[in-house]
Amino acid sequence: MRAWTRASGWSAGLAAALAVVIVVSAGIGPVRIPPAEVVKAVLNAVSVPAGVETTRAAVGTLWLPGVGLLTLPGIDLTYASPFAYSVDDVHAQIVVGVRLPRILMAALVGFALAAAGTVMQGFFRNPMADPSIIGVSSGAAVGAVAFIVFPAALSATVTLPLIGAVDVGLSYGTGVSLFAFVGALAAAFGVYAIATRHGRTPVATLLLAGVAVQTFLGAVISYLQLQAGESLRRIVAWLMGHLSGASWSEVAVTAVVVPPLFVILLVYARDLNVLLLGEEEARGLGIAVERTKRILLAASALITAAGVAFAGVIGFVGLIVPHMLRLVVGPDHRVLLPTAALAGGSFLVAADTVARAGSTELPVGIVTAAVGAPFFIYLLSNREVHEL
Amino acid sequence: MSVDSTAEGDADGAAAESTDESAANDGGDPLVEAIDLAVSFGDCPVVSGVNFRVDRGEFVGLIGPNGAGKTTVLRAIKGTLTPGSGDVRLAGDPTADLSAREAGRRVASVPQETGLAFDFRVRHVVEMGRTPHLGRFDGHGADDERAVREAMATTGVARFADRSITEISGGERQRVLLARALAQETPTLLLDEPTASLDANHAVRTLELVRDLVDDGRGALAAIHDLDAAARYCDRIVVLANGGVHASGPPAEVLTVNALRTAFDAEAFVGRNPATGTPAVTAFDTVSSGGADSGTERATSRRLHVVGTGRTAARVVARLTAAGHDLSVGVVPEGDAAALTARDADATVVAAPAFEPVDAATRESAVALSREADATVVVGETGGGTGRDQGERADPNPAVRRAANRLIRVTDDVDAAELLDAVRGPGDGESSRTG
Repeated sequence: MRAWTRASGWSAGLAAALAVVIVVSAGIGPVRIPPAEVVKAVLNAVSVPAGVETTRAAVGTLWLPGVGLLTLPGIDLTYASPFAYSVDDVHAQIVVGVRLPRILMAALVGFALAAAGTVMQGFFRNPMADPSIIGVSSGAAVGAVAFIVFPAALSATVTLPLIGAVDVGLSYGTGVSLFAFVGALAAAFGVYAIATRHGRTPVATLLLAGVAVQTFLGAVISYLQLQAGESLRRIVAWLMGHLSGASWSEVAVTAVVVPPLFVILLVYARDLNVLLLGEEEARGLGIAVERTKRILLAASALITAAGVAFAGVIGFVGLIVPHMLRLVVGPDHRVLLPTAALAGGSFLVAADTVARAGSTELPVGIVTAAVGAPFFIYLLSNREVHEL
Repeated sequence: MSVDSTAEGDADGAAAESTDESAANDGGDPLVEAIDLAVSFGDCPVVSGVNFRVDRGEFVGLIGPNGAGKTTVLRAIKGTLTPGSGDVRLAGDPTADLSAREAGRRVASVPQETGLAFDFRVRHVVEMGRTPHLGRFDGHGADDERAVREAMATTGVARFADRSITEISGGERQRVLLARALAQETPTLLLDEPTASLDANHAVRTLELVRDLVDDGRGALAAIHDLDAAARYCDRIVVLANGGVHASGPPAEVLTVNALRTAFDAEAFVGRNPATGTPAVTAFDTVSSGGADSGTERATSRRLHVVGTGRTAARVVARLTAAGHDLSVGVVPEGDAAALTARDADATVVAAPAFEPVDAATRESAVALSREADATVVVGETGGGTGRDQGERADPNPAVRRAANRLIRVTDDVDAAELLDAVRGPGDGESSRTG
């Protein structure tokens, strides 16, 4: 109980901090908007379902035997905006239409990467582990780069028997994200399959398999870059990580995918603590070790894939944020996991604000690495970091 | 990710069922039973044909030389290692049928060391012992709090409960692991070298604690290197050696010179600990006599008669017994150190009441023993200790010496190599030197 109380306290504080960072960030940019106005604009944009109405316009018909043709009425949710502050329309548009999706995407991606990084560091019992360690990032990169280089080959109209011509063409953004997501999961599964023998997955083997697969995929990415020609710039931009151009629909997809996976990880936080004692001891303490490892790996691979699919490879968030929070709240994953995730969200929002605040926009990956690495070195030299 | 899972049938439903079974089994079945257990790493067999059981109220010691498979057997019982063949049953149920959770409620283990990479608080590590009792969404209840508090109090770790596990000493850490196992509140405790990194005081306290728990109806199985401790605290001892169970039984029956020689390949003398009365094992370095490099080749066992008194003669008796010789001793004063040691060694002892003349019958039996022996070893100048009693009384030992087939005199401070070299017969001495 104590641990969950502590987790709630810290999480409440960090959630408040995240809200503040979001509000401040939304005010920063070519047009400065005071925080109070940002809050008003956001609250104005909030709409809650207020009622259900049937509409006259039929949306379809249904033929029931004995009854005949039924006309199905359309169902509409009516929304109401509970707030109506007076806000400058342009400011409202900038905040809600332009900045907020990008900021929320940054928060979600940071949240996902930090959560996955925390779990991977515990899983590998190594503070130097990060979400990309099982090949997720490299796989995502190969998928995304492949789509960028060969968009025509990968999205075309195919003629299927019976169904006819089907346009499987994807919009550029959706295509990149989808391929990145699939690539990430394929790489993670490949690493897992390589490292698994007779139903057991030794962590050390997993680590080495991850390194091998990452190296191989790195070669593939380099080769694809050679073939890239005109699209090389876009590849480089994707590989460095970027949050520009995030749309509300992308935010919605990420917001639907990330939280349930995070809940799964949180449910297994206590098991993860026990796994830190070593697998044999964990088994002796009643943990179904291999099953728990599979669940943790799958959930963190998925949550990482969801993060990198839209934002590209953003380094250091998943490495440094869990590390920092471990120094603050300790190694208990029941407290560490939610706090690191929330702090990861704040960190990436702040980093992305810096990335876009300058006269020329930087890829956010450059900012996280440039800020993160020196801070990490500071931690190493100033805090006693326990050797492994 | 579909993967054929191995020994991890762990549906929560199965766990609930077997809980009922274990309740039903509380009476009869042994807590731990190994049935024809065999484990191999790859093609290399570690142990095979291992049979033993641990009952309620029983402290079983698992001894054996390094690499005999003690830890392997413990791991097979814990279920972290799948046996090649045979079966381990916990309270009647094969470990393979138990979920990890259910196994964790039946057996708690104290490992030799823990490889904690992050600095958990001591209290938190002990709390992890409650894991098998908690549902996925349960917090610690009153029962859990009590178990953790009691475990920390009995093991004396409460004092540093809020320190980091990485900051405390190795011995303290071992006690934390014991506390964690106690918090698990299982009927069976498995201990792997529980006293390896403990000081003398805590080693005894730990074993006393385990003994108390066992006396309260639990069962314990401990791999122990300290044979004296095993003899003192265990009800039964299982000797693992040469890939199987070498001997098994009460300490006094199992801890014998011959058993130790074959199991440990060690020359050892088993005496009595004067403080506890339990068997006390003294191991000697195996001396390769004659400077030859045939260290494993032993001199053949000889029939030797020892004349001498006091601690020096006792030392000679112990060393010759450990080397596998068949000894007789006498005449010695009753209650003399040499007489006590010789009795511990199961040697034939001809003793006479001290400060009284030795009667003829006593003298004759010693003479007879000397005569039938391959050689007679005289310790010290006369083989008679201080000499204070001799002269004025009829000293029987000159007669004993005269009866010797071969007389070997050794000084009071003879070292082991000289002693063993001296008692070698001409036959085995030659074969060892040339071969």
